[in-house]
Amino acid sequence: MASSTDKTVTLPAGADPPLVTGNLGFHDITQLVSYHTEKRPPSAWYMAIAVSSTLLCILLIMIAYLVWNGIGVWGNNNPVGWGWPIVNFVFWVGIGHAGTLISAILFLFRQKWRTAINRSAEAMTLFAVICALLFPTIHVGRIWVIYWTLPIPNQMEMWPQFKSPLLWDVFAVSVYFIVSLIFWYVGLVPDLATLRDRARNALRRRVTGFFALGWTGANRHWRNYEKTYLLLAALATPLVLSVHSVVSFDFAISIIPGWHTTIFPPYFVAGAIFSGFAMVMTLLILARKIYGIQNIITMDHLEKMAIIILLTGTMVGFAYITEFFIAWYSQVEYEQYAFLNRATGPYAWAYWTMMSCNLLFPQFFWIKRLRRSIPFLFITSIVVNIGMWFERFVITVISLHRDFLPSSWDYFNPTIVDVLTLAGSFGLFLTLFLIFLRYLPMVAIAEVKMVLPESDPHFYHKDESEEH
Amino acid sequence: MLKKIIQQIKATMGVYESRADGVYGLLAEYSNPGTLIDAARKVHAAGFRHFDTHTPFPIHGMDRAMGLGQSKVGYITLIGGLCGLGLATWLQWWTSAVDYPLNISGKPFFAIEPSIPIMFELTVLLSALFAVGGMFLLNGLPRPYNPLFYSRAFTRASDDAFFLHIAASDKNFDLEETESMLREAGATAVEVIHDHGYSELHKA
Repeated sequence: MASSTDKTVTLPAGADPPLVTGNLGFHDITQLVSYHTEKRPPSAWYMAIAVSSTLLCILLIMIAYLVWNGIGVWGNNNPVGWGWPIVNFVFWVGIGHAGTLISAILFLFRQKWRTAINRSAEAMTLFAVICALLFPTIHVGRIWVIYWTLPIPNQMEMWPQFKSPLLWDVFAVSVYFIVSLIFWYVGLVPDLATLRDRARNALRRRVTGFFALGWTGANRHWRNYEKTYLLLAALATPLVLSVHSVVSFDFAISIIPGWHTTIFPPYFVAGAIFSGFAMVMTLLILARKIYGIQNIITMDHLEKMAIIILLTGTMVGFAYITEFFIAWYSQVEYEQYAFLNRATGPYAWAYWTMMSCNLLFPQFFWIKRLRRSIPFLFITSIVVNIGMWFERFVITVISLHRDFLPSSWDYFNPTIVDVLTLAGSFGLFLTLFLIFLRYLPMVAIAEVKMVLPESDPHFYHKDESEEH
Repeated sequence: MLKKIIQQIKATMGVYESRADGVYGLLAEYSNPGTLIDAARKVHAAGFRHFDTHTPFPIHGMDRAMGLGQSKVGYITLIGGLCGLGLATWLQWWTSAVDYPLNISGKPFFAIEPSIPIMFELTVLLSALFAVGGMFLLNGLPRPYNPLFYSRAFTRASDDAFFLHIAASDKNFDLEETESMLREAGATAVEVIHDHGYSELHKA
């Protein structure tokens, strides 16, 4: 491992371009990221929070109206007992997959580019999972007995039914939320210490100091910290793959044609990653511009996300086609009808919206120029999420609206409460995300410093060879 | 005896006793991770054990330079995982086969197959909680009071500065000699940290 003495940078020839551009040093990164939590937010932030908190108020009013009147205020009725609330639940839980994928799976694969986006993606995950947990909770109708889903001793001396996939879902999504939360918090601790050490007023120092837990960046602490981070990544990796698998069991364990298929778990997981990355992209394209951190979240980062969207979108499209093939190959009449009805029945408009948004549109990402075009990325990221909402609509509603008994067949129509609740859930999501942008470092400061070549002691030991 | 053991355990967390005269330790600043790792190597070779480096990000190779072994968090996590697995198995078996058996389509009251999702979830949950709890425990966190916070320069340990701290509780500690050793290793500034609320800065 002899290296010549005049070589200043230890990166081998032909290495990847630097992850952080603009020649930023350690202090520049601290400054660039922390500064936004310390100054007055830009006016775009105020405009955004005005809109999102209005939507949040609408959500709260809709929930109050729902709890008072019962779930008859929604379009759910026979035969479509699972309408928009379940569509929205699956939609939000899917979006909540990108964060932990980025923080856990990309960490295990040593994808260093994740450091620029993992913090905001994890925050987004948490808020999306909050939105997701909301829908089944209000969907039970009698929200005041929602604790029956948890194994808590009660006056009826009854327990939850552990053989039900709906109960697995309660566990899967709650555990996912808790594990994502502590993963996110562990990552935040060193950055909260940074904010504490920069704080100029006592209140700020106390609040950040409280949550920083007295972190001093001691190497004895980093040693346990890094091990814990690795372990959490290893634990969260199967977890993130399991959550949407369990969500898909809600459908797949049942006997409804179009739901009862073994392809559901991998197909749902791919779709979740697909929609999650799209949402991360929508949010980060705006945030990096408004907060001026294009040197940390670079064009290369966006391009890598576009490649993941292309990959997972193609996987999802492949699953759509496989479903059709299997329906034909199975020779089961009901299964064949369910799929023909999807593509040609009364909901064909929803089906073809889904197909074009999810399978066709991302194919443009084969072209490098489009992968690096901010307007195109932004439009695609929104189109993908529209498509993914329709995917859940297609799965949930189309399979249900043709019951086994033709006399029950009906066409599902949402009510205004359905529409406003969905819009309101975006208000909840965006309000939480905007509060996060305002008060917490949106980029993992310590982790981004680690990907600078200057963070490696070998950078300074030019002629040393015994350390390799 | 017990007090000695507690002190030793605390030292592994980076929590040290101050000397009778209130001196907590010496805090030396280095200009970059390269000189810091060399200094840590020298300090360890000189027989010091109650010392630590404070850096804005973990430094590759520092554990070896400081003579630290593997982190114990993994064992704690394993215990957590086994607890979670045991809890989930017991919970599902006891509630549905012992306390309130319900016959649903003649299915067995308890079987492994439908129990796997909950077993998996609780294994992951308790592993993660034990991993994080164990990490904080081994690190002696939360630690609201730390004499190092009296140093003004130390606020940069979470920004762009690289510090090495030798605690006064180390048996080799000597105010003058240790300070000159830190300087020889390339320190740009050395501070004496007092437990009584101040620090003295000795410029190079």
